[in-house]
Amino acid sequence: MTTTVEPLTPRTRRGAELLLLLLAIAIVLLAWVTTDLNRNGTVPGNIIPVAGGFTALVLSVHLVLRWKAAYADPVLLPITTVLNGLGLVMIHRLDLARGQLGSEGDAYRQIIWTTLAVVLAVAVLFVLRDHRLLRRYTYVTMVVGFVLLLLPLVPGIGRTINGSQIWISVGPLNFQPGELAKIALAIFFAGYLVQTRDVLSLAGKKVLGFTFPRGRDLGPILVAWVLALLVLVFQKDLGSALLFFGLFVAMLYVATERVSWIAIGLLLFGAAVAFALSAFTHFQKRVDLWLDPFSQDNLERSNQLANGLWGMASGGLTGTGLGAGRPYLTSFAESDFIFPSLGEELGLFGSVAIIVLYLIFCERGIRTALGVRDGFGKLLAIGISFSVAFQLFIVIGGVTRVIPLTGLTTPFMSLGGSSLLANWVIMALLLRISDQARRPMPEMPVGVAAAEPAPAEVTQVVRLT
Amino acid sequence: MSELTLTLLRLGLLALLWIFIFSVVGVLRTDIYGTAVSRRSQRKALKKADKQERRSSAPRTPAPAAGAGSAGAAGAAGAAAATPETPARKGRGRGKGIPTRLVVTEGPLTGTSLPLRSGGILIGRNPECALVLDDDYASGRHCRISPDPSGRDGWVVEDLGSTNGTFIGRDRLTGSRPVEVGTALRIGKTVLELRG
Repeated sequence: MTTTVEPLTPRTRRGAELLLLLLAIAIVLLAWVTTDLNRNGTVPGNIIPVAGGFTALVLSVHLVLRWKAAYADPVLLPITTVLNGLGLVMIHRLDLARGQLGSEGDAYRQIIWTTLAVVLAVAVLFVLRDHRLLRRYTYVTMVVGFVLLLLPLVPGIGRTINGSQIWISVGPLNFQPGELAKIALAIFFAGYLVQTRDVLSLAGKKVLGFTFPRGRDLGPILVAWVLALLVLVFQKDLGSALLFFGLFVAMLYVATERVSWIAIGLLLFGAAVAFALSAFTHFQKRVDLWLDPFSQDNLERSNQLANGLWGMASGGLTGTGLGAGRPYLTSFAESDFIFPSLGEELGLFGSVAIIVLYLIFCERGIRTALGVRDGFGKLLAIGISFSVAFQLFIVIGGVTRVIPLTGLTTPFMSLGGSSLLANWVIMALLLRISDQARRPMPEMPVGVAAAEPAPAEVTQVVRLT
Repeated sequence: MSELTLTLLRLGLLALLWIFIFSVVGVLRTDIYGTAVSRRSQRKALKKADKQERRSSAPRTPAPAAGAGSAGAAGAAGAAAATPETPARKGRGRGKGIPTRLVVTEGPLTGTSLPLRSGGILIGRNPECALVLDDDYASGRHCRISPDPSGRDGWVVEDLGSTNGTFIGRDRLTGSRPVEVGTALRIGKTVLELRG
């Protein structure tokens, strides 16, 4: 087989990004106007300042990209804008249904969080000039990740909301630090695995055709993983526990290319489920609700899942139209159940469009991982895009009755500041990595160019060996 | 608001969402980066098609020239036929000419070729390298091929302190050394050849 490898230089595609961004803003504004026309019969009075602010916000990110990361992926930002905007419109629509207006509304807080999230994403793009710098902080991010995970257990600032102790409250703000811990642990795993993947995949015993790694190579990662899961089970946050588990297994698999990791992961997962089924009544109820959401007993216990399903069914193919349905009948319609809410009012066409947008988002993340030239960047991009994809599977699978429902936020859409911040940071990281991936190859790596004036020393090293 | 307007808005929003998705996919369709790997057989087929095209257009070109003066036309044709020969002869001759490409002739990457660039190309196992070797005996940054520092036309190869060495024939490379068309470099199990 004779092949030739030729580097291709991409265009920056920032112009295409701008056009898509304008289309994205048009979609969000049309959605907002439709909502208010359906509810009140008038165009929202504050449309010019709010829409102007939103436009300025996303355009500022676009300008920062032109300046700081000219080769970044052109479709991530427009997709994020549509998703975040549709989430805002739905939260605003539920505010209208409840009569919470102006600064009392959830939408008001969500807009503030969006602004903060955008500022944070821009800060990431500014501070982090090269994603490989993160590799230096492999163990620091591990510690940061665990501190973030443990914070809600600290008496005084930890808060228990809806039966899960995963919140901290500082002053008037409630925050879920686990969302940011996800990013920190993804960085730690990428940094650790890129060092040890050769040992993990090559050294070890072979059992039943699978190569199992040695204990000392596996030790740190296993300890980190068990600790994370223990903390999460202790805080009764099954959704996040599942997410972390999936993230770790996926990253190990990508790093080592061993199918045995998926087998080990599924075995451990099966054992955990069997244990949870026999030990926690809480978990048994969830499974029962999943299997039979319409039975009389289950409707009395929690009609949330059933309401969401009826809502999506009443939406039909093209939906009731934003503002014309009744998504507010479902509890948590603005957070865990925002997907059924949108499904009801946008119909099958709209909800499939949303899923396709998420699909393209994750696809770009994985494409970035394939394109980037360093192992750490590959693992990090895979890790964070997988975490977004898996989170979506858990939450959308939960509300559509594919798997038992476990509470998690829908990235970019759900009400909740911590989730927005974390997902915008994820997007900023993907933009930074994709900038590295798409940028034309530097003519000479920096380190070697610096060593250029000393060929004589190089020669001496060779003579000594 | 009339029912019709609201229905139109509702369907318009869905249409716009899907238009957005198709434009995103449209942008992605043309967004290609990384490296293009093409089989040589495909390239040959392309070249053949190209030649045939030229051949079919060739008889048309001399036709008007024949009226003007057949001797001049024949001379021009002779010169045109000689021109493509020159670089080929240069390429085959050993120790002559300036190489333009690096071709892997032995080892796991056999058949890979890449153009020499004025910034120099780095060879090694490190993913930063222009040619990333999958060879256990290669170092992270093994060697480099860059333009002649003395200002002459040509290229030099330089070992960057590799553990197992870069060999030209049986000689281990120390420092930098000029290379010509036909020079074979051995790095571990990989053999690289410079071609014109």
